[in-house]
Amino acid sequence: MAKLEEYVPIVGQSIIDDLKLLAERLKGRAIQHVNSTAVGGGVAEILTRAVPILKELGIETKWDVIKGGQQFFEVTKKFHNALHGGREEITPNDFEVFLETSQKNIDELDTSADIVFVHDPQPIALVNKRRDNKWIWRCHIDVSSPNQKVWEFLKDYIIKYDSAVFSAPSFSPQLPIRQFLISPSIDPLSDKNKDLPVELIDGVLEKYSIKKDKPIITQISRFDRLKDPLGVIAAYQQVKKYIGCQLILAGGAASDDPEGLEVLNEVKARAKEDKDIHILLLPQNDIEVNALQRASDVIMQKSIREGFGLTVAEALWKGKPVVASNVGGIPLQIKHKYSGLLCHSVEGASFALKQLLSNPEYAKKLGENGREHIRNNFLITRHVKEYMLLFLSLYYKEDIVYL
Amino acid sequence: MPDLTKAKEPFRFSTRLHLTELTGLRATNLSQLSGLMEKVPDSCIYHHTHRFLQQHQYLSPEPPNDFAYWVAEILGEDELAEKLASIDTIQYSDIATLRKDFVSVVNDFLKDSPLAKLKFARLGEEFYFMKSMSFILPANFVASDLSEFAQMLKYITFDSLYFHVFESRLRLGKGENDFSNWIENSLGDKALADKISRLDPYTYTLEELRKKLIWIIKERIFG
Repeated sequence: MAKLEEYVPIVGQSIIDDLKLLAERLKGRAIQHVNSTAVGGGVAEILTRAVPILKELGIETKWDVIKGGQQFFEVTKKFHNALHGGREEITPNDFEVFLETSQKNIDELDTSADIVFVHDPQPIALVNKRRDNKWIWRCHIDVSSPNQKVWEFLKDYIIKYDSAVFSAPSFSPQLPIRQFLISPSIDPLSDKNKDLPVELIDGVLEKYSIKKDKPIITQISRFDRLKDPLGVIAAYQQVKKYIGCQLILAGGAASDDPEGLEVLNEVKARAKEDKDIHILLLPQNDIEVNALQRASDVIMQKSIREGFGLTVAEALWKGKPVVASNVGGIPLQIKHKYSGLLCHSVEGASFALKQLLSNPEYAKKLGENGREHIRNNFLITRHVKEYMLLFLSLYYKEDIVYL
Repeated sequence: MPDLTKAKEPFRFSTRLHLTELTGLRATNLSQLSGLMEKVPDSCIYHHTHRFLQQHQYLSPEPPNDFAYWVAEILGEDELAEKLASIDTIQYSDIATLRKDFVSVVNDFLKDSPLAKLKFARLGEEFYFMKSMSFILPANFVASDLSEFAQMLKYITFDSLYFHVFESRLRLGKGENDFSNWIENSLGDKALADKISRLDPYTYTLEELRKKLIWIIKERIFG
């Protein structure tokens, strides 16, 4: 795993020096992250990188994962969809299942660190165990128009935390506790984002029998209805009437997402016999995801709702032109017509795809601007800096703090 | 190298790192925008008039403040956006007066254009009020004369540069940027201090501002 000094050529020495300055102020404080899955999905991915960096900076940091059975994760998936505004029937039994598993975790998990940092709704009830330590709830979900039944249920827990963190301003509700805006990030040195040799990229294409004879459009994401894979196929089919192209839909499945297989089957059914649609199930194969993104001519992220949409940052970091929905954290990453193209519909997406495939110079410029925007705002170094500031904020009430 | 005056007190560079705090307050039209602009803490007004400077530091020119950007891009009120963009932040030495003028510009516009009250932002495109929580800490750079000072300007972070030029002057209410203060009071060079004061830092990217400051100081050293 990359060491801090390896980030210097990417972000500059002074940014790394700032991290060290901040870390000195946190010496002696123990941090504990808690989430619901060790692999799969953006949260686990960020923690996989942020935790070792915090440790290298000398901050005592540990990461725990709560336990839960299939029933529990089916309920939390329903919560997840409901918080995104989807229509979900949440029954009293669902709440009971949630509370029962939560209680088991409360009984089993040691949460005695100075700062307990809880990610997303699954472990939210752990706060009932709080003593005189500090607690932060980090919401990675778009809760701009949540199902009120689920939100009110969760709110009783949220208000017991010291602070809440959201990924985009539009997710911020009115709460009686402090709330901060911290965007997630990508790690430029991870397997998913590091530079790759051409031979390796070609090798991955060969492995999946993808020829380079037509432009490649790619969407990388879990097989999840909120990522709208059927909408992606529809947009591709409209483009294909005019421009020869191929589509890659690739993604893994997180261990806390039981709905994935169902959606994958729907996608396969829609693609039918089109040999130019490549549906790839890539469980945690970051190098292959990286290679597919680099091999693509345009990257799509046509989500219906999005917590943040880190795949957009990944694509932009590789200098790729991106067509993405104007939802969640995506407009923070793409300034329309400047660092990518935003869309609101299948028709809008196909029009944007045609524009980019027909104008490679324009597409290249959008990709280059996007890369600089990500360098300045969405790399792991900025994220770790803001996490350290967040930890420090728990001990100060003022807006201006002299350290 | 010409003889350089040693400073009475060395210049100790600080850096300022910030965290964005959300307020949960949002405006969907101009009346709500103006109403909330009057009520929100100073830190909100500061945040929305300075955020662009840091987040898009590689772009120039950039929309100067979030209010103007939202009014233009979301409500499509270009005339008002132009007026808000033209508010000359460098002329203000405190947030209270800056806030008063932003509110007046919006209210005057609403008096003259009552139909503008009927324009609403779409769901998700409202104006979200946020504020900056600033953490100020000493950086590892100390200069005792102009040459050292110019050398260190090359290496300090944008955050540090930003703190001494923008935040210290307006948010901490010192009325003057830290560099001019030090050059006048510790080096006794009022002419150079004034020259730096007369710069409008809001019209540069931070990298351009860094280069401009170094150029002005080197010109002073070498004539």
